[in-house]
Amino acid sequence: MKKSKLLLVSLTSIMAVLLLSGCENNMVVFNPQGPIARQILELINFSIALMLLVTVVVFGLFGFIVWKYRERKDNLDYEPPEEHGSTVLEIIWTVIPILIIVALTIPTVKTIYAIDEVPKGYEDKEPLVINVTSADWKWIFSYPEQGIETVNYVNIPEDRPIDFRLTSAGTMQSFWIPALAGQKYTMAKAETQLYLVADNPGSYVGKNTNFNGQGYAGMEFEVLSQTQKDFDQWIKDVKETAPKMTLEEYEKMLEPSHLGRKTFSNTHLEWVDHSDPHSKNYTNPEMYDRGHGWPGKIFEDKDNYKYKDGNNDNSNHENNEDMNHKESETEDSHGGDHSGH
Amino acid sequence: MGIKWDEFFVTGDPLIFASQIGIALTLVGALAGITYFKKWNYLWSEWFTTVDHKKIGIMYILLGVVMFLRGGIDGLMMKGQTAVPENDFLNAQHYNEVFTTHGVIMILFVAMPLLIGLMNFVIPLQIGARDVAFPQLNALSFWLTVSGAALFNISFIIGGSPDAGWTSYFPLAGKEFSPGIGNNFYAVALQIAGAGTLMTGINFVVTVLKMRTKGMTLMKMPMFTWTSFITSIIIVASFPIFTVALALMTFDRTFGTHFFTISGGGMDMLWANLFWLWGHPEVYIVVLPAFGMLSDIISTFARKTLYGYKSMVISIVMISVLSMLVWVHHFFTMGNSAGVNSFFSITTMAIAIPTGVKVFNWLFTMRKGRIKFTTAMFWALAFVPNFVIGGVTGVMLAMAAADYQYHNTLFLVAHFHYVLIPGVVFPIFAGLYFWWPKMFGYMLNEKIGKWHFWLFVVGFNVTFMPMFFLGLDGAVRRAYTYSAETGFGPLMMISAVGSVILAAGFAALVYNIYWSARNADRNIGNDPWDARTLEWATATPVQHYNFASLPEVTKLDAFWHMKKNDQLQPLTEDEIEEIHLPSNTWIPIYMGVVFGISGFLLVFEWTIAAGIAALGILAGLAFRSFDYDEGFHVHKDEIFETESNWRKGANKGVKNHVS
Repeated sequence: MKKSKLLLVSLTSIMAVLLLSGCENNMVVFNPQGPIARQILELINFSIALMLLVTVVVFGLFGFIVWKYRERKDNLDYEPPEEHGSTVLEIIWTVIPILIIVALTIPTVKTIYAIDEVPKGYEDKEPLVINVTSADWKWIFSYPEQGIETVNYVNIPEDRPIDFRLTSAGTMQSFWIPALAGQKYTMAKAETQLYLVADNPGSYVGKNTNFNGQGYAGMEFEVLSQTQKDFDQWIKDVKETAPKMTLEEYEKMLEPSHLGRKTFSNTHLEWVDHSDPHSKNYTNPEMYDRGHGWPGKIFEDKDNYKYKDGNNDNSNHENNEDMNHKESETEDSHGGDHSGH
Repeated sequence: MGIKWDEFFVTGDPLIFASQIGIALTLVGALAGITYFKKWNYLWSEWFTTVDHKKIGIMYILLGVVMFLRGGIDGLMMKGQTAVPENDFLNAQHYNEVFTTHGVIMILFVAMPLLIGLMNFVIPLQIGARDVAFPQLNALSFWLTVSGAALFNISFIIGGSPDAGWTSYFPLAGKEFSPGIGNNFYAVALQIAGAGTLMTGINFVVTVLKMRTKGMTLMKMPMFTWTSFITSIIIVASFPIFTVALALMTFDRTFGTHFFTISGGGMDMLWANLFWLWGHPEVYIVVLPAFGMLSDIISTFARKTLYGYKSMVISIVMISVLSMLVWVHHFFTMGNSAGVNSFFSITTMAIAIPTGVKVFNWLFTMRKGRIKFTTAMFWALAFVPNFVIGGVTGVMLAMAAADYQYHNTLFLVAHFHYVLIPGVVFPIFAGLYFWWPKMFGYMLNEKIGKWHFWLFVVGFNVTFMPMFFLGLDGAVRRAYTYSAETGFGPLMMISAVGSVILAAGFAALVYNIYWSARNADRNIGNDPWDARTLEWATATPVQHYNFASLPEVTKLDAFWHMKKNDQLQPLTEDEIEEIHLPSNTWIPIYMGVVFGISGFLLVFEWTIAAGIAALGILAGLAFRSFDYDEGFHVHKDEIFETESNWRKGANKGVKNHVS
């Protein structure tokens, strides 16, 4: 009996050590490369310290009580007292967690608000807007100002706030660059936003964390932070050398597939903005058929991707029976104007 | 209907092909065995048609253990796949199906049946009642759960398993991106099982409110009864949400509506909200009864009254209220405003307050006690340190800004396994070791139990501790593979080794059940643990009418005080009265079968056939409404004989079977 007790104590202490050792390492979340990730890490470190305190106290108390009041040969005739509780003690261990929660809440709320904005110290620099569109199973980055588009990699200038505008062409994804910032979901017909700044030039991994089917595990991209000079040079090179993408090519790209890196000297925003609630659908059910099992019935919506040939904007709205009919039409004509420019 | 029989069974995967053969052989073997030993009649009259809460409870537990095996194999397959980088043991599609079914089965067909099974067995006894409020409804709940579980389980050999995660987020789970029928299985099977659970919730709310024995006020109820009561209320509050969400999902998938799709103006976020409005309380539905078991077990083996009973009750009520107010923390990163995220951060963290109160009360229950280290107590003790790790990481996740870095990573996976395994599975094991003698009249072996304990607890920590670090290093959940450059390999391998130890622990439990059923001592009396609550005041195993005369309660820990004050009077013949009990009925199992058939047809989108089969459900309801069976009476002589038999044994020196 004693042996097993000892084992239990040693096991719990090993776990505590493991938790402690979590603080010094080369794990990506603990090596932030920009102010947003650093702010989050400060919050994480603060919470780890407080939580370790809680853990140590409870483990200590637990070990002490279980050890001291265990049944032994010499206390077999000991009859424990009848206790029903203690109001004072119970108030104490209600109030202490409340205090801890308050202590955690204040920096949490501050950080939540802080990382929703351009980080402090960078307010004077104008953010670089990059539209992010996720599709199965690739990441498309559009630089509307520069008029270029990349797939599965994104180059950013160092020390300048980046304003990512996130949306999805289909399934829901989550856009995460752990070294630079936390994650946000990308959703079709909606837009989310994420600010970040990179301290130094360097290459970082970005990935999708929200499961979206068979190609999910491969949905990674590279974030390359460059000096402003290198970045400008890269933009120039792309504009001069990269091919133009056609609508047809773009729609082909949205089909479920893995792609390598791609670079274009125009953006898909001239045809479609997936964050627009009335944008066209690019779903293509038969391409997701997984090759075994019962196929199931597929509903043939008029505005589905597979009807893209010979279909014009009018049929696009047949399924939009709501009152937005008119509005979306005018928006689409805006899109037409853009492509005309 | 255009049936293509060559696509009916899942083909092309050797693993699945092997299980198809295995399942067919097991099925044939089981049917032949039952026929050979002429057990059909026994099974039908004693088990399949029973309305006895104890037998229904035992059948729930059996279902839970069998499903644990299935869900555990899923878990091992996942760990095997990710043990080394770029492994090709499972392909992406197969892995996706495996983690989806692992999640659903572990939560809905392992945790729920095991807990509801223990609730079924214990609650009526703890409150001194002869049955639940609606015995036939109880049987119906069980058979619907079985029906849902069966439907969900056949998916991997017939038609294809769901593959959109146990959360089945839209639009992925819709026809646009999951055209196969796998997710129909999800929608229909969970709907059927969920209906059963909702009925259980209603049944236990009424049972606890109306069936308590004389003198048992709400504040004299044992803690397990309290937590189960609160759980039942949460079930009644949250399951209808899931029912609606699943119904809308079925419409979307089967009839082409657009509630959650992106193509027809649907809202994919609506699914996320509805799902977690049910899904978050669901976590408390499984964890609260487990807390109750711990309370009863800790106070029994520390030989003390539960410390701070009132604050325990207030805590669970607080937890139940908060459980409905925190669902958004599952999608902090879905672009909510800072204000929304702040609000849900605070409500989520607030759950730590009542939970903390409970942990300290448990610790102080043991203080000044005399702690007896039975296997049941081992499980209860292991809960504390392990659950604290789950709890503090939960607080870390609750901080929305920090969650931007943890969300959907293995850190999150580690956290919820640290909550659900110590918080649900450990207490269930504790409860099984604790109440096993009451159910079957013998104890599970303590020595094998310790093996079960150490293997399982060590394996659990080795499996899930590395995941915290993997998550902080950027490893995402649900990825079927990863490259060697990520550096995840070594920790993933440790985790996989841990899962094998964990599985060995579970195997020890199965062996223990087998060994004890054959070899355990049957002469253990009615109160082998020197326990405190009323279920131990009856015979072991419990006679079918529970109590010959309903006990009267004056204090908390009623049985303990009866023992201390020598109030365990032998029953005299003139105190005995005839007992009225409900008759067995075939309607619940019939309903389970027709629900299953109708559901199966609906899964395959053969809607007309499903509609015709559903007429069988109406027929069952109609038959039930004309069923005037008033039950039967147990005669005085029989009661007297049973009672004097066990009471004689109870007074013999059978105590202290645990070293």
